Amino acid sequence: MSICDSGYCCTKIDNLGVVKGSDIILENVSFHIHCGQLTTIIGRNGAGKTTLIKALLGDIKHTGNIRFQNHHGREKKLRIGYVPQKLSLDENSPTSVYDLCASFLSSVPVFAVKSKRLYRTVEKKLSDFGAEKLIDKRMCDLSGGETQRVLLSLAMTPVPDILLLDEPVSGMDQEGLDTFYKKLTELKNSNDIAVVMISHDFQYVSKYSDRVILLDKTVLCNGTPEEVLSSEAFKKAFKIDLRGV
Amino acid sequence: MFDYDFMKNALWAILLITPLFGLIGTMVVNNKLAFFSDALGHSALTGIAIGTLLGFTSPTLAMCIFAVGFAFLLNGIRSSNIASSDTVISVFSSTAVALGLVLLSRMGTFSKYSSYLIGDILAISPEELPFMAVIFIFTVFFWLFAFNKLLVTSTNASLARSRGINTGIIEYIFIIIIAMIVTISIKWVGILIINSLLILPAASARNISKNMRQYHVFSVIFSIFSGISGLVISYYADLATGPTIVLVCSAIFFITFIIRKVRF
Repeated sequence: MSICDSGYCCTKIDNLGVVKGSDIILENVSFHIHCGQLTTIIGRNGAGKTTLIKALLGDIKHTGNIRFQNHHGREKKLRIGYVPQKLSLDENSPTSVYDLCASFLSSVPVFAVKSKRLYRTVEKKLSDFGAEKLIDKRMCDLSGGETQRVLLSLAMTPVPDILLLDEPVSGMDQEGLDTFYKKLTELKNSNDIAVVMISHDFQYVSKYSDRVILLDKTVLCNGTPEEVLSSEAFKKAFKIDLRGV
Repeated sequence: MFDYDFMKNALWAILLITPLFGLIGTMVVNNKLAFFSDALGHSALTGIAIGTLLGFTSPTLAMCIFAVGFAFLLNGIRSSNIASSDTVISVFSSTAVALGLVLLSRMGTFSKYSSYLIGDILAISPEELPFMAVIFIFTVFFWLFAFNKLLVTSTNASLARSRGINTGIIEYIFIIIIAMIVTISIKWVGILIINSLLILPAASARNISKNMRQYHVFSVIFSIFSGISGLVISYYADLATGPTIVLVCSAIFFITFIIRKVRF
């Protein structure tokens, strides 16, 4: 019996497929995502990882079903927190951390008003991620790790059912990586939410993930980090990738 | 100088339109739409030509319809992730200019329309001012109610959609506004330089702004200041108004650019 049948909250992805023009990007993708777990999606470049995240977000057309079942076994609409890979902000862009956060949280136009109440709310949300001092900085001046902390605080407001992260750790140093993974672990445990992320850093994947999904157009392997990282499919997938490089 | 009716009309037009250039320019620059809005300005020639062919008495109406249609087409290209949308936009832009020139010269009356290239401040008629006022009000309301959504969309569209924002509608209203403002101003600013008015105040403001409030305040002030001082200078020095305004904008840009280099 899978956990999905036993009353825990769970998202079922069933036979998901994405076609772009005449190319099949994803086909027959089926797996379950469980609350309180960190599921990492790995795969070679062009395996369809980001496409899968976008399909889960409902951002691109797909076939198949995505269904969310809450703790009481009832199906409900999935609330997703999303942390994108990058923002399109060039150097010198005058969007401050407050501007971006306030734009998400309120409809009070940030170009005209700096609301004190909203400022305090944003500051408090950021402080959960140790980012309250960044509030008046420009987004374009933040480091990779700082940007991710701001984006995480946004994705966690309001608390979602699933947190989707698209390669959030690229450009982070060792210390930043440790802090980031510890924060994710804390989030999934204290809020009992499902965390799904794309990552290439296998050392951290095996240390922190509860489940790993090896993807290449479809699910090649799905299991605990030990199972997937020692599988034949894993060795084959990344050998091919290395040769390609 | 404001005893003359045409100068009064010009001043009114500048007071109604330059704040809008400053306002929407902020997001044109943020969204990297400079090339897009440039193409849109160029398309105005075809709009005039088609309007003339179809027998429209006022070319402004034909230009508006054409500009909005053209803007939708360009936006479709931009968002379809075609590898080099810049190239495709350039192709459409050149085609629109060439088609406009061919159609207008075919009728042997091009000299009648050559003022559209560099603009003519005398061309503003009092009947157009209420139309400008309507666009002014519409744009300000859109900015007040939809700016946050526009900012989020420009930062990351997938992220915006994940928060339930209908990014498509927001973007389309925004480009309709760009198309309308460019079209109604083209007569007095001129096709060749209309884009500078949209880009320069915001680009200057960016040099010295740390957040969205400063960005908007500076951009709007620079735009209005350039408009009024350009009008006054051009009147006394007997110059074309549109290009004079743009020169003031350029001077402001270089000053702010130096400030940025010194400060940061």
